Amino acid sequence: MKESKDKMIQMLEDMMVIREFESTVQKHFAEGEIPGFVHLYLGEEAVAVGACNALEEKDYITSTHRGHGHLLARGGDVNKMMAEIFGKATGYNKGKGGSMHIADVSLGILGANGIVGAGLPIAAGSGITSQILDTGAVTLCFFGDGASNRGTFHEAINLASIWNLPVVFVCENNMYAISMPQYRSDGRKGQNIKDVSDRAVAYGISGVTVDGNDVMAVNEAVTEAVKKARNGGGPSLVECKTYRHRGHFEGDPTVYRSDEELEEWKKKDPISRFKNLLKDQELLDDAEYDELKEKVEARIKEAVDFSQNSPDPDPSEVTTDVYYGEGV
Amino acid sequence: MSKLTYAEALREAMAEEMERDKSVFIMGEDVGVFGGCFGVTGDLVERFGEDRVRDTPITETAIVGSAVGAAMTGSRPIAEIMFAGFLGVPMDEIFNQAAKMCYMTGGQAKVPMVLRAPNGAGIGAAAQHSERTEAWFVHVPGLKVVYPSTPADAKGLLKSAVRDDNPVIFFEHKILYNHKGEVPDDKDFTIPLGKADVKREGKDLTVVATGILVTYALEAAEKLAEEGIEIEVIDPRTLVPFDKETVLDSVEKTGKLIIASEETKRGSFTSEVSAVVAKEGLFLLEQPIKRICAPDAPVPFSSALEKVYIPGPEKIISAVKEMV
Ligand SMILES: Cc1ncc(C[n+]2csc(CCOP(=O)(O)OP(=O)(O)O)c2C)c(N)n1
Ligand SMILES: [Mg+2]
Repeated sequence: MKESKDKMIQMLEDMMVIREFESTVQKHFAEGEIPGFVHLYLGEEAVAVGACNALEEKDYITSTHRGHGHLLARGGDVNKMMAEIFGKATGYNKGKGGSMHIADVSLGILGANGIVGAGLPIAAGSGITSQILDTGAVTLCFFGDGASNRGTFHEAINLASIWNLPVVFVCENNMYAISMPQYRSDGRKGQNIKDVSDRAVAYGISGVTVDGNDVMAVNEAVTEAVKKARNGGGPSLVECKTYRHRGHFEGDPTVYRSDEELEEWKKKDPISRFKNLLKDQELLDDAEYDELKEKVEARIKEAVDFSQNSPDPDPSEVTTDVYYGEGV
Repeated sequence: MSKLTYAEALREAMAEEMERDKSVFIMGEDVGVFGGCFGVTGDLVERFGEDRVRDTPITETAIVGSAVGAAMTGSRPIAEIMFAGFLGVPMDEIFNQAAKMCYMTGGQAKVPMVLRAPNGAGIGAAAQHSERTEAWFVHVPGLKVVYPSTPADAKGLLKSAVRDDNPVIFFEHKILYNHKGEVPDDKDFTIPLGKADVKREGKDLTVVATGILVTYALEAAEKLAEEGIEIEVIDPRTLVPFDKETVLDSVEKTGKLIIASEETKRGSFTSEVSAVVAKEGLFLLEQPIKRICAPDAPVPFSSALEKVYIPGPEKIISAVKEMV
């Protein structure tokens, strides 16, 4: 019980870190301190946290354009992350990648990708390495409902299936790909099935759909899929139903969805739900929660200070890192 | 004439062509109620309905492949690929299907389709969302490649592209979308593919520029004029077919040539123009051709780096000064 209590509190804290980090990015983007596009993970925290907490250190993940939560849940350094989003030399990618591409390769992150659906075949390839080098590593691939309409989804899952690759495909079904609903009974839709996980059967792998706003449900389903993959049982598809609280990117006026729909989903907020569950089970009291919140806020505030006080990259950096190692 | 932005001019071109010809339709990601990622399709779904302004899933391969099929059977699709950096996804559909169909069938099949794609850096969108991919398509026989730099050109060229019986890759620059200019209202206003435009006359040096670099070259020309240096700025407007005569005529007058584009330099459109002029205009040149491009590196995210990366007006000014 002690172990599971600690893990639950840890998962709550991980979600709170993402919430605070993303709200802070939102604010500084609005103030014009952050260039480019930012796709926030607000509302979807339970997916990254539930899934990444099912992994071991040697495992890999592939991330997406909406990737801040994945990296944070994997233990990313908030200072280096924030600095990257601010475009500073001290960022994870030396300011070259930005919000859409922050990655800590040492944490097994095989890039955050701006090309929707690009991560799926990369994850399959990482699964091949596990077989070739017999590493025992599992690769977890995050992708959206929209990505599941690309050929890469079908080709990568088929390959993972026929080669029995140790990959867990985690679909973050937040109901939309920009303005396109994943499914609706009538009108525009991305696909004609309610559950993306239905597609698993076509590739002969197991597929489940879970409540993506329930961190324990996500963690349980992914833990099982990871165990299966690690024991030679091959790939699985885990679909997590969730919802983004913000627009597709900051600045999106969200004309394609209703305020009522958003409000309904906010009632299912993964963080307040989990916090209440922990309180009901007497694993957390208000004072402990407040303490946690203060700690998280201080950590993110420090990350902002660190970023604002960091230098811009040197202009000479424009042409370095085009090739790995030295020279051309 | 109306004062329109580049994006509005593109929208009007599509609306006019859809009104004129019911076989013209639009498809792409978020082109409907969202109005397009950069707002180009705007309210067209309200004006023409969901059948003719089709929102697709994220499915570039099927967008372009189905455009080929639609074009071969009597439709005239205008497909939007959200960023030029995503053109790698449907590459087979472009270079093996759209581009070769006419040739492989011995001229029997036609593929009248337009593929619109926002090109270029400058908005902090990082490496995969800032690509400039025109050279990939210039290389492929069977494709036409268009790249307007003003609202009027955008409208006139898009209308010609829709009416053309061949696949046209139509590049737009993200930074230009909000640029305003006078645009003819005449529904029959078109600009022929393959005709360059002299955007500014000058006697001292020729600058051939594409896309946003036309804007930068004109800014440079203003500053240089204050110092008594008159550069001629030529916008090819269509990269394929390429109007070499207009360029050679200008070089004959000035004897000096700079070719400027936002592309990475190696194997770029500027390489092609250099080769053509070096072969056909060698003895018109008083000194070697200079090319102004981005460095051979992906586009960096940080504003501090992106600023250095983009070949802006200052780079043109200093190159001109080295030559005159
Ligand atoms: C190949 C490709 N096509 C289109 C896009 C533009 N785009 C970026 S995110 C996005 C929607 C992605 O939807 P989904 O996979 O559901 O992820 P979500 O944004 O909902 O997290 C689109 C269309 C892209 N980045 N890459
Ligand atoms: Mg989605």
